[in-house]
Amino acid sequence: MSKKTESETGVSRRGLLQQVGFAGAAVAVSGCNIAPATPGEARVVATPRREALETLNAAEAETLEAIVARLIPTDENGPGATEARAAHYIDRALAGPLRNLRGAYAAGLSALDDYASGAKGAAFAKLNAADQDAVLTDMEKDVATGFAPNAATFFNLLRTHTIEGTFSDPYYGGNADFVGWNLIAYPGLRMGVTADDQRMSAKPAPNRQSAYDDPMFGPMFGRDGGGHGH
Amino acid sequence: MATNLAKTDVIIVGLGAAGGVAALPLTRAGLDVTGIEAGAWLTGRDFPPDELRNNVRGWPQSVQKANNEIPTHRPNASAPYSQRPAFHPMMNAVGGTSLHYWAQSWRLNPWDFKVASETARRYGAARIPKGSTVEDWPFGLEELEPYYDLVEHEVGVSGQAGNIAGKIDPRGNVFEGPRKRGYPMPPLRGTEFTERMAGAARTLGWQAFPGPAAINSQTYEGRPGCFYHGYCSRGGCPVHAKNSTAVSTIPKAQATGRLKIVTQAIVTSVEVDQRTGRITGVTYVKGGETYTQPADVVLLAGYTYENVRLLLLSKSRAFPNGLSNNAGQVGRHYFSHFQSMSVSALFPFDLNNWYGLPAQGIAVDNWADDNFDHAGLDFIGGGNLWVYSDRRPIQAANMNTFDKAPSWGAGWKAFIKQNSDRWNTAYIQKTTLPYEDNVLDLDPVEKDSLGFPVIRITADFKDNERKIGAYTQDKMAQWFMEAGASEVDRLPAGAMGPSTHAYGGTRMGDNARTNVVNRFGFSHEVPNLGVLGASTMGTSGARNPTLTVQALAWRTAEHLAKNWSSITNS
Repeated sequence: MSKKTESETGVSRRGLLQQVGFAGAAVAVSGCNIAPATPGEARVVATPRREALETLNAAEAETLEAIVARLIPTDENGPGATEARAAHYIDRALAGPLRNLRGAYAAGLSALDDYASGAKGAAFAKLNAADQDAVLTDMEKDVATGFAPNAATFFNLLRTHTIEGTFSDPYYGGNADFVGWNLIAYPGLRMGVTADDQRMSAKPAPNRQSAYDDPMFGPMFGRDGGGHGH
Repeated sequence: MATNLAKTDVIIVGLGAAGGVAALPLTRAGLDVTGIEAGAWLTGRDFPPDELRNNVRGWPQSVQKANNEIPTHRPNASAPYSQRPAFHPMMNAVGGTSLHYWAQSWRLNPWDFKVASETARRYGAARIPKGSTVEDWPFGLEELEPYYDLVEHEVGVSGQAGNIAGKIDPRGNVFEGPRKRGYPMPPLRGTEFTERMAGAARTLGWQAFPGPAAINSQTYEGRPGCFYHGYCSRGGCPVHAKNSTAVSTIPKAQATGRLKIVTQAIVTSVEVDQRTGRITGVTYVKGGETYTQPADVVLLAGYTYENVRLLLLSKSRAFPNGLSNNAGQVGRHYFSHFQSMSVSALFPFDLNNWYGLPAQGIAVDNWADDNFDHAGLDFIGGGNLWVYSDRRPIQAANMNTFDKAPSWGAGWKAFIKQNSDRWNTAYIQKTTLPYEDNVLDLDPVEKDSLGFPVIRITADFKDNERKIGAYTQDKMAQWFMEAGASEVDRLPAGAMGPSTHAYGGTRMGDNARTNVVNRFGFSHEVPNLGVLGASTMGTSGARNPTLTVQALAWRTAEHLAKNWSSITNS
């Protein structure tokens, strides 16, 4: 990686993020990611060194990143879908279990940019937040035109997958640093839940683990040298 | 060309909740049984606590035989087809859907066996809803009681009895019929929230009690008690605290040395001797090869849709409209439990429903069956009200916003941050009747992966069900408000598409003109063909069907073993 500073290259960090599209680009730039593990605590999370756009092209990824950032925004209530890396989750899902929806995303993202350009004068990712919200509202209300079968169907797909990418087990590439589970104060996976844990006033300490951190469900292949976990 | 296999005594098609039970009394009686199962053996490792995988993406159904044969649905013969669901409601495996079901293991109440005669006696025959084909069962609860008892103990059911030999225990369901003895395990524990609901019910003058479940509340037959981790719904149990047949009756049957299990095999037809009209065996496909398995007796133990489909697909000269269908009853008297029209509630405090399971709850039966006077009402039957502790993150984020927040953006985010653990949705199972025009047949267009037609459901809920829905919604809303809810939302009725509680299609009854199987579960037309499963049930009651299915399966198997010579004509 270049040792040159931002001022030397003239490439802003924000600009680089926009080019790459995913919030994960922050990792590539900074080399490590300081994330709160539990409230009041910080730890260094290992850098994922290799990462691909598995199916989306760069422009699609940029648009998608901008969409999820409005659906579950980063605000005074904490990190949102950007930090959860919901768009990364969607890219992986569209290359795998949701591959039958890849075409719907290609068509939908294209229609979205066309509609944004017509209604607001620029591609979606270039709009300010208020204009982006107006475009998404038009889609939700199904008054945005140019979508097949319609804008509301694609909006619902985006919303469904953004929620999955924010609140699912982090194994699937979203819910990074458990920002989704932290948002709703889900206490986390426990393989033994006591009666006290189920009291209404109980606030079990958040247990921030993937199901696949448990050796029972963990790596099946190459278990001895897997380098799994964090 | 099919490979002919050596003859066996009994073939069970499908080793799930029903077939997995029937195998035990048959093998214990010394009969050789071959179980032909479309799925595989699964292990605890197959059941990680993973909401996306289990509840959203529908593993394992998404990769199984069942998913190639999702029934089509239309509300009536002239209505457009509904959108087909992404996943079949049931799964294939040794143990079948008993691996990942909710495991609520109810006995039916006495009224459920006598809906027609009791309605006529108490309110007049005119109160039977127009168009309903409901009949009394050929026997009452007392006939099935010993088999309920056997299954509760052999499978392992936890619960609180409410009526032991006529002695009422208010800790249990005071409306249940008499039972010989209590459950082999105490009920699953309650939570502070379910206890709060129970207290509210008692304030209203209603009986509240924990429900029965095929889930260990303590170590049972070497399997551990439930650890309440919250991933039981649509997930199997990694430690086998959920008593699927795969960990209970099937291993016991295997221990006899008389149960042969063929996995990942798809039965495509039941074979008939055209001269005698008797079953000779089945044909199945495994690994691309076709096999013929001869047997003296065949028991169909697939799910309702598959039992009906196999009969309709097994056409022959003797049975030109499908096996055991010369009276035209296969596919008739179909219904699926009316479970929509539920109620969601929002509370002004956290409930801590993050852990638990659908079977960890509290029931009210006051508004079920004929437990209340219907004289001034315009419907018969009712609903069991059930409130339980169960919540996962994606489900929580998708919560009902009670018209208090937008569906996305900062306002939505703030709302779910505050309220994701403050809502609860009741489970209300309602009496659902069979009707003349609610039927199953073969879809004229859609095929499975082998090219055979899938089942077509033509069915809609009728006025009687919708009236029960509105009535029980009012009761449920009252209950939630009494417990401190700030908002309730009455949820709409859903469509009558593919269901986990599908009944009828091969109904049981003494009248061969209106029923496919006799009182022991054997075909009126084909003496050595039996049918297991809710496809034989003529009424639903207001509670989950599986324990009744299993009691009936045991009874059919026992009848076969005791009457082997007459049934096999040998």
